[in-house]
Amino acid sequence: MTRSELLLRVKDLHATVGGKEILRGIDLEVGPGEVHAIMGPNGSGKSTFAQVLAGRETFEVTKGEVLYQGQDLLALSPEERAVAGIFMAFQYPVEIPGVGNLYFLRTALNALRKRRGEEELDAMDFLALAKQKMKLVAMDESFTGRSVNEGFSGGEKKRNEIFQMAVLDPRLAILDETDSGLDIDALRTVASGVNSLRSKDRAMIVITHYQRLLEYIVPDRVHVMGNGRIVRSGGRELALELEQKGYAQVEGRREAAR
Amino acid sequence: MSTSAKTLQELTNRQYKHGFVTDIEADTVPRGLNEDVIRLISAKKNEPEFMLDWRLKAYRHWLTMKEPRWQNVRYPPIDYQDIVYYSAPKPKGQGPKSLEEVDPELLKAFEKLGIPLEEQKRLSGVAVDAVFDSVSVATTFKEKLAKAGVIFSSFSEAVQKHPDLVKKYLGSVVPYSDNFFATLNSAVFSDGSFVYIPKGVRCPMELSTYFRINAENTGQFERTLIVAEEGSYVSYLEGCTAPMRDKNQLHAAVVELVALDNAQIKYSTVQNWYPGDAQGKGGIYNFVTKRGAARGRASKISWTQVETGSAITWKYPSVILQGDDAVGEFHSVALTNNYQQADTGTKMIHIGKNTRSTILSKGISAGHGQNTYRGLVKIQKGATGSRNYTQCDSLLLGNRCGAHTMPYIEVKNTSSQVEHEASTSKIGEDQLFYCTQRGISEEDAVSMIVNGFCREVFKELPMEFAVEAQKLLSVSLEGSIG
Ligand SMILES: Nc1ncnc2c1ncn2[C@@H]1O[C@H](COP(=O)(O)OP(=O)(O)O)[C@@H](O)[C@H]1O
Ligand SMILES: [Mg+2]
Repeated sequence: MTRSELLLRVKDLHATVGGKEILRGIDLEVGPGEVHAIMGPNGSGKSTFAQVLAGRETFEVTKGEVLYQGQDLLALSPEERAVAGIFMAFQYPVEIPGVGNLYFLRTALNALRKRRGEEELDAMDFLALAKQKMKLVAMDESFTGRSVNEGFSGGEKKRNEIFQMAVLDPRLAILDETDSGLDIDALRTVASGVNSLRSKDRAMIVITHYQRLLEYIVPDRVHVMGNGRIVRSGGRELALELEQKGYAQVEGRREAAR
Repeated sequence: MSTSAKTLQELTNRQYKHGFVTDIEADTVPRGLNEDVIRLISAKKNEPEFMLDWRLKAYRHWLTMKEPRWQNVRYPPIDYQDIVYYSAPKPKGQGPKSLEEVDPELLKAFEKLGIPLEEQKRLSGVAVDAVFDSVSVATTFKEKLAKAGVIFSSFSEAVQKHPDLVKKYLGSVVPYSDNFFATLNSAVFSDGSFVYIPKGVRCPMELSTYFRINAENTGQFERTLIVAEEGSYVSYLEGCTAPMRDKNQLHAAVVELVALDNAQIKYSTVQNWYPGDAQGKGGIYNFVTKRGAARGRASKISWTQVETGSAITWKYPSVILQGDDAVGEFHSVALTNNYQQADTGTKMIHIGKNTRSTILSKGISAGHGQNTYRGLVKIQKGATGSRNYTQCDSLLLGNRCGAHTMPYIEVKNTSSQVEHEASTSKIGEDQLFYCTQRGISEEDAVSMIVNGFCREVFKELPMEFAVEAQKLLSVSLEGSIG
């Protein structure tokens, strides 16, 4: 794939928090419509990577570049990145007491539409859209009356993230451990929601700790993160190898091969 | 500076919308306070003897009192001799008998504030009493209310037309000797609103008073008295604004509510006095005494307040639960920004059996704002089977502001229950990021989060006011995250 056809190109990305280096040179290329899985042990920097892509200011990028649709992504604010089509499903979705779940989502959608020069949706049209998307993740209508993530179970929160993704219709979706804390039924529901959102125009970076999710969401590429870097990349079979041998061995082999 | 700090700073610099001054001829008494000034005020209002006596008693008592110092607010000493105690828009001719006779400049001033006084313009069915500086300038929908037997008039008019009612209830909840500011008010108050709902009447519309301070160096001392007879109901709203001035201005009001058997009074305030500028210069000193007597069996008084203005807010709308099964409620949002200080809360005094009270307080501090909740729940010995539930939540925006919670609880019997919950939180960077990641600007995110924090209180407000309150909060959010 040529450089200009890539949706996302990450080169030697370094990031720190409070002076501590977390990302230590990440390289990654994602084409339109591709699904990339990022796996790796806890603390290896997966969430940090996701949040740096989404523009969280907590992390300081100290080196490297990120091109998104050929543009310098790091120059954009989080809202601008959202406008450009980046969506991140949070590992730990945040509660916003007193703010209605649907009100929040409509505000977000209309903010995006406005900045893209599209017409805003009125309450009725939005509700119709929301109802249709709620079906994708088998979300109960009782969700709609509740405050953003407040009092949601772990599984409900994750479903809510995918519901938001379905409504906001991003070009690049980054799913951060959307599978963790889900029982097998919930996992299937969420995965089928995600699969129904796969398209040639939408790329996904699916971060997961377990290969279980990848049985349902089959990735084009699998990357293994260790200590702030991508230590191995391969096809979907890499996920299985990881499952059998564990991270230590997979990473270790790479260190030994150096 | 991070973007969040920047956005909050931009919000901070938004202008106070109601800061204009109306150029109008005023009738004022000389600066300063003495018995002659009080006699003059009383004479100007053509008051009966009992009113003058009451004022003088209050004044003489006030001379023996000291300004309270226990509150958690700081301000330079107030020179009570440097204040003008009475200022009235000069009537053209004999004083307005109807709206047509009200000075058009005054009508314009209220129009500019979004309070059109012409009745045909008020589709919403809210009757308004407009108080400009010290006097009531217009009361709308009087006839419609009169048909229902409801009296809604300026206090001065009530003194003339219903002296017996005034005599019976004035000072019956907040006696003239109550506290420094209430006593001062009793001596010099110039006008305010009077409401009387007869037995069994459900007031056919919302009643509302709109207070406006205009004149310079003038204190505003108004007094509101609401009496709800057996089985009646009234919902009353109060709003306030003032011009932007460099000098602090004193506002010391008194509100008295009386609810008899099975009567219900709902009193809502959106307080937006000028808060002073970003450096803390100017603004209103708001020292207010509000108290309701739930005197009758199963009577109910509920206070809802949204306090966003004033340099200093000192007020504790309270309920004395005298009747058995009486209910008292207090719902409050208080926002302090820049150098604003608020010391506010409530007192719930349980006297009757099986009385119940609920306190819900939401304090928001931004900038260098200091926000104190101060509340007293007192359950007397005879108030068996009584209950109180208190919830105090504080939200901080930035690192330079403060939130303080001071609950006082006294329970004198064993069959009663008091519950208190308190929380303090910050608008989290994680909440803001969650919003901005979804495409919502930081500014909109902050007001969305703050409005969400206040939702339980806003839903107690009448619809129109709730919308107004939300807008006000967004405009007043002049915080700064460190
Ligand atoms: N806000 C933060 N402040 C300090 N350390 C952090 C912060 N966020 C992440 N880290 C640290 O960075 C490392 C990588 O964390 P993270 O990206 O969450 O890993 P993963 O998602 O792979 O489990 C961990 O050592 C973690 O403690
Ligand atoms: Mg993680």
